[in-house]
Amino acid sequence: MARRAKARASIHFFANPGRFLRAARIAYPWCAGVAGVCIAAGLVLGLYLVPADYRQGDAYRIMFVHVPSAWMAMFIYVGMAVASAAGFIWRHPLADVVAKASAPVGAAFTFIALLSGSLWGQPMWGTWWVWDARLTSMLVLFFLYLGYIALQNAFEDPTKGARAGAILALVGVINIPIVKFSVDWWNTLHQPATISKVDTPSMHASMIAPLLLMVVGFTAYYFMVLILRVRGEIAARRIRNLRLAQAGH
Amino acid sequence: MVRAFLGILGRDLKLAVRGGIGSLVAVVFFVIAASLFPLGVGPELNLLARIAPGVIWVCALFATMLSLDRLFQEDYEDGNLELLALGPLPLELVVLAKVLAYWLTTGLPLIIAAPILAVLLNMSLSGFTILLVSLLLGTPILSLIGSVGAALTVGLRRGGVLISLLVLPLYVPILIFGVGAVDGAIVGLSVRAYLFVLAGGLLGALVLAPVASAAALRMALE
Repeated sequence: MARRAKARASIHFFANPGRFLRAARIAYPWCAGVAGVCIAAGLVLGLYLVPADYRQGDAYRIMFVHVPSAWMAMFIYVGMAVASAAGFIWRHPLADVVAKASAPVGAAFTFIALLSGSLWGQPMWGTWWVWDARLTSMLVLFFLYLGYIALQNAFEDPTKGARAGAILALVGVINIPIVKFSVDWWNTLHQPATISKVDTPSMHASMIAPLLLMVVGFTAYYFMVLILRVRGEIAARRIRNLRLAQAGH
Repeated sequence: MVRAFLGILGRDLKLAVRGGIGSLVAVVFFVIAASLFPLGVGPELNLLARIAPGVIWVCALFATMLSLDRLFQEDYEDGNLELLALGPLPLELVVLAKVLAYWLTTGLPLIIAAPILAVLLNMSLSGFTILLVSLLLGTPILSLIGSVGAALTVGLRRGGVLISLLVLPLYVPILIFGVGAVDGAIVGLSVRAYLFVLAGGLLGALVLAPVASAAALRMALE
């Protein structure tokens, strides 16, 4: 058992993350560059150059932050679940680290999506919060992220925390479509009469460019932060292992 | 295998019965929590009738969650869980037996108490049957999903608070369909779809939740 654990630690943990770190060193400036350029261009285009919407005025510009954040929130959760599955099935420590490092970023994007949705709701619907199906399922997603982070942090041993987190993430990913479906159904039954959602006609072509730029920029930003966080996590685990080895002598 | 399954079930039930008042905490909590609502929102009967299905369901949700942290904790601490894991019965079925015992001691009393609360909250009589059916289908799902949360937090100090954070977001669909069925029955709509979704959820949870719980328990026992 001890030998197996040691072999696992040396083969997977030091060889593979080493390769990852080398690849990350090359990828990091690219991600940072793409994120910076795309977000800057998308913001300038979206906030200044694109004409205002004839119905929503300038308020619709929140969309250029809101939609990419909501998209990232779901993308990161799926990525987290895939990484968790890989970590759980093949006991791949790097996948565990990726899943753990993704969670706070995903939670942050979910929060931004909720916040910007609420800010967008104020001029559109006249209230800060409506129990709209999308807002509600986003809120549940946010709670799932919080639960995942809390569970990860409750374990002292990071490998155990990762495995517990993986189970939770996988249970969550089965549940997310069900939550989405149930909230949609619930909302159609309880649709408040005062609120008629502005239905989105086919978007004007000039709005698509900044939206795509923001999506690409946010994705690149996620990978940039992910690399930073994974690096930090690997360093923290090395320190932990060294300390444990030292204490063992 | 059946004998081992029934053995665990009988043992857990016996432990719950001999634990005395402890196993009744859930149903007492259910009644007290629900009877706080009229004090909170006012005694107006129309309003109470309107919110009764939701109040009963939300209180049932909390009540089934109340003693989840004890589901595996005692067996984990005194080493029984390791023996059960080494025994002939697959851990998935051990989990299922324990969840069944848990539901019989916490879920079933809620269903018996629910009509009394419905009367107290002035719920329309036409919803009573569906309330019971929806609770009968829904509370086992709550126990099954709860077992995953209990298994994930089994070795942890202060796992109890954590369970609620893990489990409550996953309870959302059951709450929606449970309350939807009762509301539908009260206004005279067909509630078959709601009950079918709940029954489907129960079947799915019966298959998937023990697998996830057993995986989490194996990790805790490593």
